[in-house]
Amino acid sequence: MSALLKTGSLKMRIIWAVVLIMMCLAPLISTEFRLSLLAKFLALAILAIGLDLIWGYGGVLSLGHGVFFGLGGYAMAMYLKLQASGTTLPDFMGWSGLSGLPWFWEPFRSFPVALLLGIALPALLAFALGWFTFRNRITGVYFTILTQALVLITVTLFVGKQEWTGGTNGITGYNSIFGFTLHSAGTTIVLYYITLAVLVIAYVLCRRMVNSRFGQVLEAARDGENRVRFLGYDPAGYKTLAFAFSGALAGIAGMLFVLQVGIISPSMMGIVPSIEMVLWVALGGRGTLIGAVIGAVVLNAAKTGISEAYPEGWLFVIGGLFVTVVLFMPNGIVGVYRHVVRLLKRRGESAHVQVTREKPKVY
Amino acid sequence: MDMFVLQMFNGLSISSILLLIALGLAVTFGLMNVINMAHGELIMIGAYATYVTQNLFMSYAPAAWFGAYFVVALPIAFIVAALIGWLLEVVLIRHLYGRPLDSLLATWGVGMMLQQLARTIFGAPNVGVSSPAWLNGGLAISDGIIFPYKRIFIIALVAVVLLCMYLYIYRTSSGRRMRAVMQNRSMAGCLGISTRRVDGMTFAIGSGIAGIAGCALTLIGPIGPSLGTYYIVDAFMVVVLGGVGKLVGTVCGALGIGMFNTLFETYTSASIGKVLVFVCIVAFLQWKPRGLVAMRTRSLD
Amino acid sequence: MKKRSVKLWSILLGAVIVMTGCVEGTAPPEASGSGGTGEPAASGEPIKVGILHSLSGTMAISEVSVKDAEMLAIEEINAAGGVLGKQIEPVIEDGASDWPTFAEKAGKLLQQDKVAAVFGGWTSASRKAMLPVFEQNKGLLFYPVQYEGLESSPNIFYTGATTNQQIVPSVTWLLENRGKTFYLLGSDYVFPKTANQVIKAQLAAEGGEVVGEEYTPLGHTDYSTIISKIKAAKPDIVYNTLNGDSNVAFFKQLKDAGISSDQMTTLSVSVAEEEIRGIGADVLKGHLASWNYYQTTDTPENATFVAKYKEKYGADRVTADPIEAGYVAVYLWKAAVEKAGSTDVEKVKAAAKGLEFDAPEGKVTVDGENQHIYKTVRIGEVQEDGQFKELWNSGAAVKPDPYLKTYEWGASLSAK
Repeated sequence: MSALLKTGSLKMRIIWAVVLIMMCLAPLISTEFRLSLLAKFLALAILAIGLDLIWGYGGVLSLGHGVFFGLGGYAMAMYLKLQASGTTLPDFMGWSGLSGLPWFWEPFRSFPVALLLGIALPALLAFALGWFTFRNRITGVYFTILTQALVLITVTLFVGKQEWTGGTNGITGYNSIFGFTLHSAGTTIVLYYITLAVLVIAYVLCRRMVNSRFGQVLEAARDGENRVRFLGYDPAGYKTLAFAFSGALAGIAGMLFVLQVGIISPSMMGIVPSIEMVLWVALGGRGTLIGAVIGAVVLNAAKTGISEAYPEGWLFVIGGLFVTVVLFMPNGIVGVYRHVVRLLKRRGESAHVQVTREKPKVY
Repeated sequence: MDMFVLQMFNGLSISSILLLIALGLAVTFGLMNVINMAHGELIMIGAYATYVTQNLFMSYAPAAWFGAYFVVALPIAFIVAALIGWLLEVVLIRHLYGRPLDSLLATWGVGMMLQQLARTIFGAPNVGVSSPAWLNGGLAISDGIIFPYKRIFIIALVAVVLLCMYLYIYRTSSGRRMRAVMQNRSMAGCLGISTRRVDGMTFAIGSGIAGIAGCALTLIGPIGPSLGTYYIVDAFMVVVLGGVGKLVGTVCGALGIGMFNTLFETYTSASIGKVLVFVCIVAFLQWKPRGLVAMRTRSLD
Repeated sequence: MKKRSVKLWSILLGAVIVMTGCVEGTAPPEASGSGGTGEPAASGEPIKVGILHSLSGTMAISEVSVKDAEMLAIEEINAAGGVLGKQIEPVIEDGASDWPTFAEKAGKLLQQDKVAAVFGGWTSASRKAMLPVFEQNKGLLFYPVQYEGLESSPNIFYTGATTNQQIVPSVTWLLENRGKTFYLLGSDYVFPKTANQVIKAQLAAEGGEVVGEEYTPLGHTDYSTIISKIKAAKPDIVYNTLNGDSNVAFFKQLKDAGISSDQMTTLSVSVAEEEIRGIGADVLKGHLASWNYYQTTDTPENATFVAKYKEKYGADRVTADPIEAGYVAVYLWKAAVEKAGSTDVEKVKAAAKGLEFDAPEGKVTVDGENQHIYKTVRIGEVQEDGQFKELWNSGAAVKPDPYLKTYEWGASLSAK
C-alpha cells in the first residue's frame, strides 16, 4: 500500500482503509454462495489489473487475455485432476482412447511446479508474442487482431486435442485441494482471503510499476512511440515486459478462478470472454488500475444479477450498458468520479484554479 | 487430377465467400477505421431479410414466381442492412471516430443486442430458407466433378459486387468524395464536402454489402441468431491480411486464406487446417505488418 | 459547464441505480407469475424447481425449445393441482452456452433458491460442468438429451438415450440394411469423439469397416472439402454426429454436390424435427435419423402432447426427441415426488426406482441402478413435410446400459 499512500491524501487513505476492512469483513455478512461469487470476481479483477497495465498504460489492446487466463486455469486444473484421479488415468483420457499419461502432464503432479507453470507459461507465451510483434512495430488494431488469431488457434487446439485437454468439456470433476473440499464453507472463506490478498499484492505491484521509470517510459511509448525511440529507449522491450507481466497476472487469475468455480474449459479462453475482459477495464476506467478492479467486480456482479433477474433479456441490458459506457463515460466509472470531484472542488475553491480537463485518451 | 480440380474450385468458392463477408468490412474498417464488431450481425440481418422475403413470396405471390424471390431478396437485404448500418452510424459511431478501440467495444454491445433482438423476433431455433429451384444442381465438368450452381452464383455475385464497388469508389463523384474524406477529413471538409453525410453513406454501403453477404450465405449455411459470430473473425483476418484501405488487398487476402484453407484441410483435418491457416497469418504479418497490399504513407505517427 | 455537471451527475446516479438494482435484484420477478395459471396453491409454499438452459449464445437454438416443453409440463401440473397439493414454481436461469456459467447457476439454484430439482443442460460439457456441483450439494438434475454414455451419477436422472438406446442399434440396423463401409463425420467435441469410439468398436466386432473419420470445429460452415473427401472414400454410409448449425451447412452442401439420399445413406443422431426446419425438408428428404421419439410417433399421449405444445407455442412449432425428453423429465419427477410423499432428494431417488410412466414416446421405466430410462429405439426417414417416417423400431423398450457392459466388444470401452 505504501506506494499508493505516498500520493494519496489523508482522506484517500481513510477511504482505502475502510474499503479494505469492509472487504475483509465480507465473509461475515455474505452467504457462502455470494462469497464464492465475490471471490470469483476478485480473481477476475486480478486479470483486469494486468490488462489495464498493458492497455491503459501501454496503449496496447489485447483481445487475447483469455488464452493467458486459460493457461493458468488449465495448469491448476491439471494438478487438481491428477490429485483427484490418484493412480488412475483422468477419466476423459480414458474415453478418448489414451492408455498412458502424456509426458507433459507429469510435472503437474507437484503443486509448486503446477503453480510455477501456471504463472510462467502464460508469461512466456505473452513474452514470445510481444517479442516478435512489438519488435516488428506491429501496433494498434493490427496487434489486437493478431491476439484474436492467437485465441482462435489456442481454442481450436485445446478443443481438438481432447485426449490431452478434455476437449470442449474442459477439465472438471475434482473436489478437493490438499484434502480440503472445495466449495465447503471453510475453504470458500480461505480462498476468498487468498484471492483478496493476491489482488492487493498485484495492485500494489502494478501501482509501483506505473509510478516507476518503467511505467513512465511505457506511458510515453503509448503517447508517442517514435519519440521515445528517438530518445534512445527501446519501446518494444518495455511493452514486451509489461505484456508478459500482464500475462502472468492473467495466469494467476485463471488459477484462482479454477479453485473458485471448479471447471476450466476452452469456452473461457474464447473470443467472447476475451472481449468481455476488455470491457471490464473500459467500464471501470482505463489507465487507473483501480478502475480495472471496480470494472471487473461491478460488471460481473451486474452480469450475474441481471441474468438472474431477466434470464431471457439480460443481453439487451448488458449490450446497452456497453454502448452507454463508451458513449457517455469514455473514462469509465473512475473518470466520472474524478470529473465530479473536480467540479465540486471548483465550486468550493476560487474560480481561477486551473483545472485541465482530462481528455479522453485516444489510441 | 479430378481431386485437384475440385479442390481448386472449392478453394475459389471459399475465397469468394470470405471475400463477400469481408468486403463490407473493408469499407467500414479499411476505409473508415471503425472496428465494427456488429458486422456479423449485419450479415445476420441480411439473412433474415432473405427469410422474410421468402415467406412473403410464399404467402402472397403466385407459386410460379417463387423462384424469383432470391433476386428480389438481394436488394432488399442490401437496403435493410444499409438502413440499419446508417442508423448505427448516426446514433453511435459518429461519436467514436478516431477511437477505433472504443468503437470495437460499443459495436460489440450493439451486436449482442441485435442477436437477442433476432432471437426475440424470429425465435431461437434456426429458420429455413429453401433456395430457388434454378440454383439447385450443378455443372457436371466430368464424371466425378460437379460445380454446384450456388457456388458459381456466389463467385459471380462477388465479382459483380466488386465491380460495382470499384466503379462507385473510383469512377463516380460521390466515390471520389468518399475517398477524399477518408484520406484527409479536414481538407475535404474545407473543400465543401459534407463529411458527415459521406461518413453515413460510406458506413451504410459497407453494411449493405454485409447484408448481401447474409443473403448469399442462406444458400449454403445456417440462418440463426448467432450466424454472425461464425464469420466475424474470418472477415477481420481477411481485411488485415490483405492490408487496410485497398480493395485489391482484400481480394488477395481472401484468395490466400481460402486457397490455403482448402489445401491444409485436404491433407490434415478441418481443425488443424484452420490452426495452420491462422499460424500462417500471424507469421506473415510478422514479416509484412501492413498486410499484402499496403497504403504508402510517409507519416510516422 | 453547469449543464454538463448536471448531465454527469444524472449519469452517475443512473449508473449507481442500475448497479445496485442488478446486484440486489436476485429474485426473478417473473418466476412467481409464470408458473401458476390455475388456482393458487391448495396449501403451503410452492415447490421451487430450477430450469437451467442456454437462452443465449450458440446453444440457444436447441435449448430454448426444451425449456418451453418443461414450462409446458409445469403449467399442466399446476393447472391439475400441483404436486403434493402444492404449486410448482420454476426458477429460470440462463446458462448462456458457457459451461462455467452452468456450474455457477447450478450452484445458485441449489444453494440460494434451494430448488427441489433442476431440469437442464444440453451439451455433454454443460452436464459435466454441473455434475460436481450437484454431487457436492446433493441436488437432483434431470438431463434431457441423448449423450455419449459412460456415466451414471447418483445425482442425475438421464431422460435422453444413452449409446445402447440410439447409436448401437442404429449401427446394427445399418449393417443389416444399408452396407458395410462407414464414414464417421462429427463435430470436434466430446460426444462425437466418444460416440465414434463406440461405433468403431462395434463395427470391428460386427464386420463393418471405417473408411474415413473426420471432425470439424464447432460452428464450421464450409463442408466442400470434406464432401470431396467423402466422395473419394465412397462409403455406403455417412454416420453423422455433427452438432447444431454445422448440420445445416453440411446437408445443404451435400445436396449441392449432387449426392442425394438414394446414392449414399446418411444417419444422423443430432438432427430432429426442429433441425429439419432450419435445414429445409427438401434438402433432408430421404436421410435417416435415430431417436426414441418423433412427432409422428403414434401414441395417444403423443397426440395430446403435440396438440398442447402447438396450442401454447404456435402451430408452426414442432416437437422433437429432446423436447419430449424434457417434458417427460418433469412428469417423472412429479411421479417420484408423489410416490415418495416428499421432495427430499434421497427419498425421490428411492421412489423413482422402477417408476413407470406413459410418455408420448410410449411407456418408459426408470432403471433404478443407473437412473437412465428404458426407451424404444426408432429409426426414421425424413419426409417431404419435414416429419419422420418410422422405418424400424426395437419393439420393446431397451434397457439402458451406459457402460455397454452387456456387449462383448463394449468391455474394452468401459474398462478404460
